[in-house]
Amino acid sequence: MAVQGRIVWVSGPAVKADGMAASKMYETVTVGNSKLIGEVIRLTGDVAFIQVYESTSGLKPGEPVVGTGNPLSVMLGPGIIGQIYDGIQRPLRELSKASGSFIGRGITTTPIDMTKKYHFVPTVAAGDEVGPGSIIGTVKETEMIDHKIMLPPDHAGGKIASIVAEGDYDLETDLATVKGGDPVKMYQRWPVRRPRPYTARHEPIIPLITGQRVIDTFFPIVKGGTGSIPGAFGTGKTVTLHQIAKWADSQVVVYIGCGERGNEMTEVLVEFPHLKDPRTGKPLMDRTVLVANTSNMPVAAREASIYTGVTIAEYYRDMGNDVVLVADSTSRWAEALREMSGRLEEMPAEEGYPSYLASRLAEFYERAGRVRALGGPERDGSVTLVGAVSPSGGDFTEPVTTHTMRFIKTFWALDAKLAYSRHYPSINWMNSYSGYMGDVADWWSKNVDEGWFALRQEAYGILQREDTLKEIVRLLGTESLPDEEKLVLEVARMIKIGILQQNSFDDIDTYCDPKKQYMLLKAMIKFHTRSKEALGRGASIADIRALPVMGEMLKARMTVKDDEVSKLEGLLSTIDAEFENMGAAIAK
Amino acid sequence: MTGTTGGVQYSKIEEIRGPLVVVGGVEDVAFDELVEIETGDGTHRLGKVLEVGNGSAIVQVFEGTTGLSIADTTAKFVGKAMEMPVSRELLGRVFDGLGRPKDGLPEPVADKFVDINGEPINPEQREYPKDFIQTGVSVIDGMMTLVRGQKLPIFSGSGISHNILAAQIARQATVRGTSEEFAVVFAAIGVQYSEAEYFKKSLEDSGALKRSVMFLNLADDPAIERIITPRVALTTAEYLAFELGMHVLVILTDMTNYAEALREISAAREEVPGRKGYPGYLYTDLSTIYERAGKLSGKQGSVTQVPILSMPSDDITHPIPDLTGYITEGQIVLGRDLFRQGVYPPVNILMSLSRLMKDGIGESRTREDHQEISNQNYDAYSRAQEVRALAGIVGKAGLTDIDLKYMNVGEAFEGDLLTQGVDENRTIEETLGILWKVVSMLPRGEITKVKDKFIDEHYKGE
Repeated sequence: MAVQGRIVWVSGPAVKADGMAASKMYETVTVGNSKLIGEVIRLTGDVAFIQVYESTSGLKPGEPVVGTGNPLSVMLGPGIIGQIYDGIQRPLRELSKASGSFIGRGITTTPIDMTKKYHFVPTVAAGDEVGPGSIIGTVKETEMIDHKIMLPPDHAGGKIASIVAEGDYDLETDLATVKGGDPVKMYQRWPVRRPRPYTARHEPIIPLITGQRVIDTFFPIVKGGTGSIPGAFGTGKTVTLHQIAKWADSQVVVYIGCGERGNEMTEVLVEFPHLKDPRTGKPLMDRTVLVANTSNMPVAAREASIYTGVTIAEYYRDMGNDVVLVADSTSRWAEALREMSGRLEEMPAEEGYPSYLASRLAEFYERAGRVRALGGPERDGSVTLVGAVSPSGGDFTEPVTTHTMRFIKTFWALDAKLAYSRHYPSINWMNSYSGYMGDVADWWSKNVDEGWFALRQEAYGILQREDTLKEIVRLLGTESLPDEEKLVLEVARMIKIGILQQNSFDDIDTYCDPKKQYMLLKAMIKFHTRSKEALGRGASIADIRALPVMGEMLKARMTVKDDEVSKLEGLLSTIDAEFENMGAAIAK
Repeated sequence: MTGTTGGVQYSKIEEIRGPLVVVGGVEDVAFDELVEIETGDGTHRLGKVLEVGNGSAIVQVFEGTTGLSIADTTAKFVGKAMEMPVSRELLGRVFDGLGRPKDGLPEPVADKFVDINGEPINPEQREYPKDFIQTGVSVIDGMMTLVRGQKLPIFSGSGISHNILAAQIARQATVRGTSEEFAVVFAAIGVQYSEAEYFKKSLEDSGALKRSVMFLNLADDPAIERIITPRVALTTAEYLAFELGMHVLVILTDMTNYAEALREISAAREEVPGRKGYPGYLYTDLSTIYERAGKLSGKQGSVTQVPILSMPSDDITHPIPDLTGYITEGQIVLGRDLFRQGVYPPVNILMSLSRLMKDGIGESRTREDHQEISNQNYDAYSRAQEVRALAGIVGKAGLTDIDLKYMNVGEAFEGDLLTQGVDENRTIEETLGILWKVVSMLPRGEITKVKDKFIDEHYKGE
């Protein structure tokens, strides 16, 4: 019997209702005559405190509140990929059919099309033993995604009593029956605030290649890892996140626009169908799901959007996929927490944020990982979490940034100064770090080149020396330095322009293959080594600056395509040749 | 009696506190509902319900509570949220901050009444903004291009020439090669009479006044009214754009006054404050204004916003510019130093940015080399600034040849590109020409951000 209460108080997204003694914490309820969707977040006596996921304008005390008996859940099945959802998984395309260009209220639709037929291929037969999470068959969801139909994790499992033959079925069809259990359909539901279970967790050691040089080469992230991008406005946070969503080598991408600009979501919707995945050549939209709760959409649904997104990511992980989840921005999510906390009149901690901010952030980032999925057959999948942080005033000591840093391992600090001088991506190489450096070295040495790690360390050393020298230059000018140190400045500048900077709007430069990353690095280091030798043999820094190969190296990132890496071998020989010539000229 | 239609109801006031009144003994009152307050002497004020429950409602009074008494004041609940009457007749008219005629003419005949709070645009229904707006101001067109449907604020400081720049944009803005209907909606939020008058005169002189709608809440008008002013303005803009198919430029000045009115109400409600006493929901609240810009798929018109805000103590990290920058699609930052040097417009390009520029420019929109030459100018100007800082310490004698060249580039950029007349309307071709002229002062080897074919075509150096 559903709980039925009555509104007694309304203030913004917060509503109190009485007669709710039988309702449960985090139960979904419908609020008011227009049946707005809400969630119980506190119970006191028979009064329930409800956060409402839609605008409460016009809501009156006395209107009914009806419980659904279920926690806030998402519907998981084929048809999710390519969708754009709001924070509580309502499909925005369907909403526009009901309410036009603006988002109306009290509209109910199913998140996925229940009537669409998919071609189901069973992978188990009657009599087979299946457990929670076991795959019973597959359907083709998009060109890129083979959607595995699994027993829900809370299914008891048992022997398959019957299973349908290969053929086209809609989502409501009972595909299989299990002795002593519920029939298995093409979809399942899962409560968003509960992580989906798995069998075991693996150490994350495989790098997630993003094609962004400063990330892959200098501050890598791994499949199943966690990363954070904090940055003041205008530092290129969104562009960097879009780049990761576009080029990361994962099978599925979940992009959460949490309290951000509407046009940014539109940009993804317009652009992704036309971009091709560099590995499969298929449109990127065929692997992407969007969850959009823009800044002016109801604030409570913004809080839920993070959980909606990560639950969808876990579902695709359970099929054995590598999934990347990008959340822009976790600060807006934290502000939603703060707003509801304020309306609940809870005692605030720093800057008005609730005291449980840190534990909520920890819970979220802990849902990342590379795991062995439940049930058979054996398969591994991963969820990589990348969260943007929008620190107020660009101040990294504010609560959301400081707490986030405790729970993530890769930190890409965006720097307003770099952005002002149009150094993009504006990831500051002195303030950023990656806790996965040691883990990924193995992969690079096996898959790209054994010398990669040493080269990376040498290049990073040059950047560090430049950072110290910059202080001196700021006071005394460049001319006061010896040639050897001028050379360090010169090579550091080359690394900054030729490797760290990357133009996401250039067709060639937007994605950089690991092999090309390695070759560019190798060329710069070779140049440095040869220059040092030349200085030792009496060349001047002016001689070195005059070498035409320098310009070629700086532009190589934009002129050499990924499949023409052999041209970079040519660049190495040009470096050798020009230094030989210079040496000969000096000897004369 | 219950129901959603609501009804007329008179109630007694229990408490008056700052801009808020608490009305007791209410029944059937809705959250966000419009309230008419009748004072003892028979005059009326408007307000809205901020919170309702347990028999009482907290009402925010737009015109302030000065002169209200508990004994003689009654409240009437109107049964709906505040609405703005809209029609084509609004063009050419002047209204007060709540949308009531201020020009002595009668109430315009309404085509329809629209809830001023608007509804969020479904992101799936947005059309990505791509149409280049030529403002005729070189630094904007060349370095931080404005496109139709964008929200691009001007961050200024007290006394800096932001109004002159905004008025110049309003006068000159065109999308080339089109002759579609355009309109200007101007909302003055707590600004001085002279600023509003300057704007009005500027529109009048250019003949644009009859295509404009003005909403004026001046510095001596009630502060709480400022919460409403941008909303009636944007409701009007949305109607003109999405129902009548016009391209609407909305100028909101000064958003700092808006945020301060919001803080006043929050303080009166005794809410837990965020930074600098501003409410924790300042970001969300500002977004319900700024996000009301854009283009919709299947509709003709567009709403482009140029909000102006003065940064308290020129501090860009102050919560108002900070949160604004996180919502808007870029910012035009005016610099105190340039302003002191007499440069007009005093735009600090390094801190400024247009996020939608990349899609509004290029081949068939402006020119195919636009992005790259703009990047090169940013790079060169930023190097020039570094060199200037260094020269301040070691003197010009300590600079290398190439450093000196960059210094000259900095001066040329400010003198030739930035500096321009208040009525000087430059085409995009002229602007791009100047950008190349500036960069051509550098040796060709320094030009790393432009493709060789463009350098071959446009570079004029040795």
